Order: sequence, then C-alpha cells, then structure tokens
Amino acid sequence: MARKKRRKVIYHILTMLCGIIMIYPLIWMVCSSFKESGTIFLTASELIPRNATIENFINGWQGFSKVSFGVFIKNTFVVAVIAMALTVASSALVAYGLARLRFKGKNLLFALVLLTMMLPGEIVMIPRYLWFNKLGWINTYLPMTVPCAFAIQGFMVYQMKNFIEGLPRELNEAAKIDGCSYYSIFTRIILPLLKPAMGTVAIFSFINNWNDYMSPLLYLKNVPKYTVSLALKLFCDQSSTSDYGAMFAMAVVSLIPVILIFIFCQRYLVEGISTQGLKG
Amino acid sequence: MKTAIAEKKKKPGIGERAYKTLMKESTAGFVFCLPFILGFLLFILIPLLLSLYYSLCKYNIVGGAQFIGIQNYLDVFKDDKFWKALGVTGFYAVVSVPLRVIFALIVALLLVRDTKVTPIYRAMYYLPSLLGASVAVAILWKQMFAYDGLINAIFGLKIAWLGETDTAIWVLILLSVWQFGSSMLIFVSNLKQIPSSLYEAARVDGASGIQNFFRITLPLLTPTIFFNLVMQSINGLMVFASGQIITGGKPLDSTLFYALYMYNQTFAYNNAGYGSALGWVLIVIVALYTAILFKTKKFWVYEGGL
Repeated sequence: MARKKRRKVIYHILTMLCGIIMIYPLIWMVCSSFKESGTIFLTASELIPRNATIENFINGWQGFSKVSFGVFIKNTFVVAVIAMALTVASSALVAYGLARLRFKGKNLLFALVLLTMMLPGEIVMIPRYLWFNKLGWINTYLPMTVPCAFAIQGFMVYQMKNFIEGLPRELNEAAKIDGCSYYSIFTRIILPLLKPAMGTVAIFSFINNWNDYMSPLLYLKNVPKYTVSLALKLFCDQSSTSDYGAMFAMAVVSLIPVILIFIFCQRYLVEGISTQGLKG
Repeated sequence: MKTAIAEKKKKPGIGERAYKTLMKESTAGFVFCLPFILGFLLFILIPLLLSLYYSLCKYNIVGGAQFIGIQNYLDVFKDDKFWKALGVTGFYAVVSVPLRVIFALIVALLLVRDTKVTPIYRAMYYLPSLLGASVAVAILWKQMFAYDGLINAIFGLKIAWLGETDTAIWVLILLSVWQFGSSMLIFVSNLKQIPSSLYEAARVDGASGIQNFFRITLPLLTPTIFFNLVMQSINGLMVFASGQIITGGKPLDSTLFYALYMYNQTFAYNNAGYGSALGWVLIVIVALYTAILFKTKKFWVYEGGL
C-alpha cells in the first residue's frame, strides 16, 4: 500500500514539474513584461521583477509610426470576427449538404474538402497572392475575409459534417413527412442543433485568424492597417534600437484573447481537437 | 410526400417548375454545396493554374509575364539554394514530427487516467500548442535563445544559439516539438475509447504492462498516429513563420526553410515566375510523400476497428 502511495506521489511531482517546465517560457515572458526594460536580460534567470512596473505596457501601447497598438488590436479583431462569422455560416451550409443530401458528384466534392484539409495555406500562398494582385485586393482586408465565405477550410466543414452525421436521421424523416423542404429542415432542425459544433468551429477560426501572420505579411502595406501579428514582428525588427520591455508587454497583450478563450471555452477546444485532426 | 403537395397546385408555370426543381433533393444538395464549389474554383484552382502558368514565365509581379517554357524548372534543379532549402526543411520535418508524436503519446499515456488534477495537467501541456503559432511566441523564442537570453542565463552557458549553423535549426525544432499538446489531446481521447475489457482479458492471459502496450494500446492507436504523421509532416514541410521571424533563414542559410526561400524569391528577389516553379516542385514533393505514406499504411496501421 505504501509503495503504491509513493508511486502516486512521484507521478504527481514529475507531471507537475514537467508541466511547469512546459509553460515556464510563457510565465517568463509575462513576468519579464513587468520588469524595467533595461533589466530584462540582466535578470533573465530571475522570475519575479525586482521593481515591478507597468511602464512597458504604457510605452508599448503607443505603438509605432504614430499608430497606437490599440489600432492593431481593433483591426485584428474586426478581421477575425468577420472571417469567423463567414466561416461558420458557409461551413454549416456545405456540411449539411454533404452530410444529409444525396446528389451527383457528392463524393468528389467531399474528396475535394479533404484535399483542402491537407493542403496547407502556405502552398497556395504565392498563387493566391498573384491572383489577388490581379483582382486589385492588395492592401485591403478582402484576401483575409472573402475566402472565408466559401467554406474552403476543409477542417471546419469536416468538423460540422461529422457532427451533423451524429444527429438522429429520424429528425429529417419526420420533418419531411410534415412537409418541410430540404431548406427548412436546415434552418428549423439542423441549425438549432448544430450550435455546439458551430461554437467549436467559431473558436478555431477566431484563433487561427487572430494568430495569422502570413496573410497580413503578404497583403497589408500601410501601418494603420496592420494586424497584431504583423505589428509585433515590426516591433521585433525595430527593437535593436528600442526597448524589449515594450515588445514583451505587447506580445503578452496579443495573447490575452486566446488565453481568455482557453480559460472560458476549454470544453469546445478540447472537443474540437479530440474529434480528430487539427493543425498546429 | 412531396408529390402530394405538388399535385394540389395545378397549373405548372415556369416559376412553378423552377420551384419544383429547386425543391428536389439533388438541387438542394448542390445549392448547399455551392459556396464550396465556387470557393474551390476561385481561391484554390484558379490561383494554382495561374501559378502553373507563371512558373513557365519570366515574371516579376509588377511587369508583364514573358513565356520561357520550362526554363524555371531547369534552373530550380541547378540552384544550390533550392537543394539547401529542401535539405533544411526535410531535416526539420523528419526530426520534429516523430519527436512531437512520441512526446504526445508518452504524455497522453501519463494523463489518460482521470484524477482531480489531470484537467489542470492537460491544460498545462496543451497551452503551448494553442499559443505556439503566434508571433508573440516566436518573439519569445528568439529572446529565450538570445545570447543574454533565458536559456544561457539559467544554465550558465555562453552559446550563440541562433548564431551558429549547428544550433539554430535545433532552436526551431524545439519550438515545434514544444507544441505537441494538441496531438496529445487526440491520443488521450483515443486511449479512453479503448475498452477496458481488452486489458482485462489480457490480464487473465497473464500479459505484462509492456505487452499490453505493444499488443493492445499501440496497434489501436496506429490510425491516429498515421493521421498525425501525415498532417504534421505536410505542415512541417510548409513551415514558414517561425523561420521568417526567429532566424530569417540565417546563419548561412542553415534555417532557410523552403517556404521562406519561395517567399524570398517571389518578393525579395522579384522572381515570381521562379517562385511559382519552386511552389510547384514542392506540391509534387508533398503529393509524392503523402502517396508513399499512404502506401505504407497497410503494413503498420491497424484498421480493424474496435
């Protein structure tokens, strides 16, 4: 009995210790952002700031090129929310079509959905840039939002399709007997039940778009239009001259939305990942 | 039942007929899938075809395209930097992906039992993979491995991690392996689905813990392992942001990822035609790689179900 207990204690200590090592870099970043900017690297091995200050946040918030960091946050938020709404809506439509309706070419379409799931964004990065350049979409938010209205993120469609297939088919049959069309079955029966899957997709879509670095890098040319990730990268490039404290502080700020989602929507996150796949 | 409703309305005018067609299951299916059909054409197929055309041209985005046949492709294979980038990216993927899967599996085995604190543990191991894709973490990583950064300070070392050709790539590999959390969660949910009756039967037969793992647990996880290997290898071959932000391909191109080289050719060196050719070579490589991986599937992936 004693041996079993000792093993249990060792298990918890080890798991806890490794867990702390895992998140130590993040803790270090948060703590560093409260240190006086000049002392971050002098006291890199210490966690607790000697003179805690919020000066870094005040300096960082001023942004650069006379654009406040708040503008970058607002930009990112607007783009991420629009992209999220479009992704959820379009993915739900396509997922219902693929999950419940019989029509010619459906298998081919589903194969293409799986293909888009395997096809990473980077591979179409330059082709898409050339195309959007032709369309005159450079330096707008269109390349980051419009494609979301067309359900081309396979993972999101797949996620919802799986969910719809898990709903009892009898619901459909009953509604059909009551005279519901395929369209009203979707709006009256499927949609209300789809909410959990929509939540999952919304969260993943928001986080992906919030973190997205490549599209802003390619498409946004004016500082006032920058998103958070692009602004941070610029901060990082400039910080040979300016202060690391402000950079750390804004990096911490940029993670807050994702951390909030992590805290309050963990159930959706875990469900989304556990039901297969996912990038990252 | 539909016909009964339709019969009530007698004269089938054009609008009526259109309405009836619209109400058919096959039309409805098509209508619901229309966004994806359009999206696939507009944002995947057309761009790809466009870039296929440009890969056969001398093209610098601003000016016009000049058709030069397969010259770009011939140049690719003579380009030392192409081979360098391919080697760097291949090494990165081959090392980081298996490590990530192995760590994910080990931690999942530790965290599968449900105690009161396991959700907290899982959250701790998962958090890095949630935040890892952000620029904030890339910046953090860069500062951690800076000469006066966290790692040197803690271990009392004086190594220019990002300045040496031997170490820089490992910094990026470590960043990738650190994000094993989402794979771990997939493994945890799969482990929970394995019926305990299998283990009970094994115990009656006198199987040891190690035998249990290799005869029951591991085979039943192979579909998930396979899925993870495929998806993560593809993503590994495509790695871009971490290289671009942390090292920029330096030092001496030792971290020049393929996607980064493609990006540089297109935008920094104004060679969009050549960049497109590089892209198509990569598409072929990824397709071949995936096909080979799928061919090996029947030798090691258990598909019997539970």
